Amino acid sequence: MAQKRENTYMPAGHRDAPEAAENDPRSPGGDKTQVSTPALGVKGMIRWAWTQLTSMRTALMLLLLLAVAAVPGSIFPQRVQDSFAVATWIEDNPGVGEVLDFLQFFDVYSSIWFSAIYLLLFISLIGCILPRAKKHWQQATSAPPRTPRRLERLPESGALELQSEVAGDAQDGPAADQALQDAAAILKARRYRVEVRETSVGAEKGYLKETGNLLFHVALVGVLICVALGSMFSYRGQKILVEDESFVNALVAYDNFYPGAYFSEDQMQPFSMRLDAFERVFDRESTTHFGQALDFTADVTTRLGADGEPQTEELKVNQPLTMDGARVFLVGNGYAPEVTVRDGDGEVAFSGPVVTRPEDEVYTSMAVIKAPDAAPEQLGFVGLFLPTSQDAGDGLAVSVDPELGNPELQLNSYYGDLGLDDGLAQNVYVLDTESLETLNSRELDAGGIVLSPGETYDLPEGMGSISFDGVQDYIAIDIHYNPAQQGVLIFALTALGGLVFSLFLRRRRAWVTVETTPAGRTLVRYGLLSRGEDFRLRDENIALRAQFEKKWPVRAPEKES
Amino acid sequence: MQSINMELAQYSELFMLIAAFIYTGAFMLFAVDMIRSSATIRRVEAELAAENAAERELIGAGSPSGASTPQPPLAAAPAEELVDEEMAYLGTSRPFANVAVALTVLGVATHTFAVAARGVAANRVPWANMYEFLATGGLVVAAVYLLVLTRKDVRFLGVFALGLVVTMMAAATIGFPTPVAHVQPALQSPWIAIHVSLAVLAISLFTLTFAMNVLQLIQHRREISQAAGETTRGSGWQFLRLVPSATSLENWAYRMNAVGFVFWTLGPLITGAIWAEAAWGRYWGWDVKEVWTFVIWTVYAGYLHARATRGWTGNRAAWLSIIGYGCIIFNYAVVNVYFPGLHSYAGLPE
Ligand code: HEM
Repeated sequence: MAQKRENTYMPAGHRDAPEAAENDPRSPGGDKTQVSTPALGVKGMIRWAWTQLTSMRTALMLLLLLAVAAVPGSIFPQRVQDSFAVATWIEDNPGVGEVLDFLQFFDVYSSIWFSAIYLLLFISLIGCILPRAKKHWQQATSAPPRTPRRLERLPESGALELQSEVAGDAQDGPAADQALQDAAAILKARRYRVEVRETSVGAEKGYLKETGNLLFHVALVGVLICVALGSMFSYRGQKILVEDESFVNALVAYDNFYPGAYFSEDQMQPFSMRLDAFERVFDRESTTHFGQALDFTADVTTRLGADGEPQTEELKVNQPLTMDGARVFLVGNGYAPEVTVRDGDGEVAFSGPVVTRPEDEVYTSMAVIKAPDAAPEQLGFVGLFLPTSQDAGDGLAVSVDPELGNPELQLNSYYGDLGLDDGLAQNVYVLDTESLETLNSRELDAGGIVLSPGETYDLPEGMGSISFDGVQDYIAIDIHYNPAQQGVLIFALTALGGLVFSLFLRRRRAWVTVETTPAGRTLVRYGLLSRGEDFRLRDENIALRAQFEKKWPVRAPEKES
Repeated sequence: MQSINMELAQYSELFMLIAAFIYTGAFMLFAVDMIRSSATIRRVEAELAAENAAERELIGAGSPSGASTPQPPLAAAPAEELVDEEMAYLGTSRPFANVAVALTVLGVATHTFAVAARGVAANRVPWANMYEFLATGGLVVAAVYLLVLTRKDVRFLGVFALGLVVTMMAAATIGFPTPVAHVQPALQSPWIAIHVSLAVLAISLFTLTFAMNVLQLIQHRREISQAAGETTRGSGWQFLRLVPSATSLENWAYRMNAVGFVFWTLGPLITGAIWAEAAWGRYWGWDVKEVWTFVIWTVYAGYLHARATRGWTGNRAAWLSIIGYGCIIFNYAVVNVYFPGLHSYAGLPE
């Protein structure tokens, strides 16, 4: 490849003739700041470091580094997704786990090293686009560059000799002045910016290419800023809603809540939502996918503000509801068997729906019931809820269908101190049975508890009873509020638009000179130069030539002199 | 929900197989063309010599003055170069390659029917699990290849493009056979049509550029040894003389990569984020699939940068493009199968 000049970007006003080196059509217009020898002194060092940081090579290195740095996040579990999986991983890999944790391999995307790379990249980016934007502005507002002396040295060029009656031709072409005006008009029609000079025309087009490139890079900064703003002012949370239950958007109502750094409670949109009904549809036709979930629909009643009109709406997967900026998503569902527990004294110690956790496609669900108010002993139950229970043959029942064909509760029971009295938060889906006495289990003579709807089981040792009253549905909803989310989208689309301009527009210069030959004919020469990649400069040459030939009577070419 | 048309689904599977066999035939013919290329080259050279002689006569008779009408570079080119930098058709006849192209057309027609039938049978877009993704992806690779073929002489890419298509079809039917069915609620979104189809398009373009960049590296080595005076005539890679120069390959790969990059930005990245927001409530959550979408995007952004960075054009840029494609393969072959994540749409048996 030909040796490239240091700076293919000609500053405005510096209208020197493009030299041979610039003629290399593949010479991209990019910033190729050459590394200069560092000057001595602190100032010089800083300058040098800045030049280094904002060079294309550094940008490339940082980009590739960013790609590499993102990979560990797909190999190791990440806290942002599943802090439980992270804890398990560290437990299973003692030693290595701690070291990796110290090195932030479980928080890759908020780690110091990942942040350092992208922050440096964006500083480099800003340091790169500011001077380029300035240069581009100057170029776009100043005249096209001076006409080179020898147009035939440009990558694409041509010449046309126009007919003239003076020289004895059949037709009479325009004189030099007129030809110049014509050429300028043709170039203008081809959307060049044109400057007519004494004996030549200078023209340039495709400024939008660089504009697009700048827009693309600026928009990336916009995306980053909006992402940061979003993480500061957003909040998200989760809530489980059993049929006929209502949710009011306030901190206390959430099961889990994750505020952004600058979240304040009075940001929360005042809305409420009640689950009226829930419907599941499963595949009943396919032999291969029998029982696959096809559709979930939650009928909800929503209300905006304390005294808003109640509205009935459908909440579905992929169809969130927007409540005054907050978005509500249907992320899960399951069965909540209604259970009543009476204690040894015959008092109701627990009554209500128990949210169970589906573990598989057929909704085999984990059930945990805690009755800390039971007397004389606190009672606890752990087991399974099976929507369609069937004996697997060995006395063990399994669920064979996700719908309520033959609902059954299969429980073990325990008594003792449930550990709820010390006020420490506990996972409602887990019962620590270690310190409890077992009342019912398959291992004991009493056996496990098996209940169908409407049935009641009396616990051994007069500890009380448990009844299975019926089954309700529940849904899990996520509530998200991110005020900067739309900003991210707008900047991302802007970046895309800029990218398209930048990649597919061509920045071209054209010059036309006219002179009168000794024979009295007008000789038009033209040359084309592209800045950056241009594979179609030849097509431009052909198109331009065709237009010239249509406009003027061109003399048939003679033998090359 | 409309029930599945099982009869049509069966036809789809049958035609998928037929298409796979036709492609295999095309692939073998392309391979024969490649192997026989020394014979081809000898014939082409003879034709060229005759053409050159005719041209020289013409030039002698009178040449355009001053007018620098673009000259086909071949006129002056030494007989070493059997292809044009612009990859234009030079009218050289390569019967095996031509039959292979015809077979590819037939394959694409059959394949199109198979894919469309599957979509109609299921009453949804036919790219919702690994099988469908590979089957539809293979169709797009083949169709994009044919599309490029109408404008440029990329017959030299045939073995690679068809080889890939055959691999994808085999992977689909043998690796991930999945009977047609409805999809789970999370996949029932209009975004699947846009998001996935753009991804398939981008990947099919990256597939072709991958082959071109690999050829570019090989061609580059050949050019160096040629410059060093070693003669390649008669030695091994005769086929490479039917392949454009490394520079030309690089430029064409760049143009296609640029389009692929735009598709990747709009498809997996932007519409992916929009869909993720609608389905899961957050537009970006560093799910395994999202991580790799980002990695691939960054690598190709690096590639585009490299093309404008001194010292990074040519082989290094080609390597970046190849690495980017490696990431794509990894993303679809390894991540889909072995990494659990929200995108578990692979439809694989547990
Ligand atoms: C967030 C990081 C960045 C990303 C994702 C990125 C992405 C891209 C992409 C995709 C292109 C190709 C499109 C085009 O030609 O306009 C490009 C071009 C360009 N980028 Fe970046 N860039 C980043 C940072 C930077 C930085 C830090 C610099 C300056 C040192 C820079 C300077 C350039 C230049 C000069 C071009 C034009 C190259 C040409 O003329 O072909 N970019 N960038």
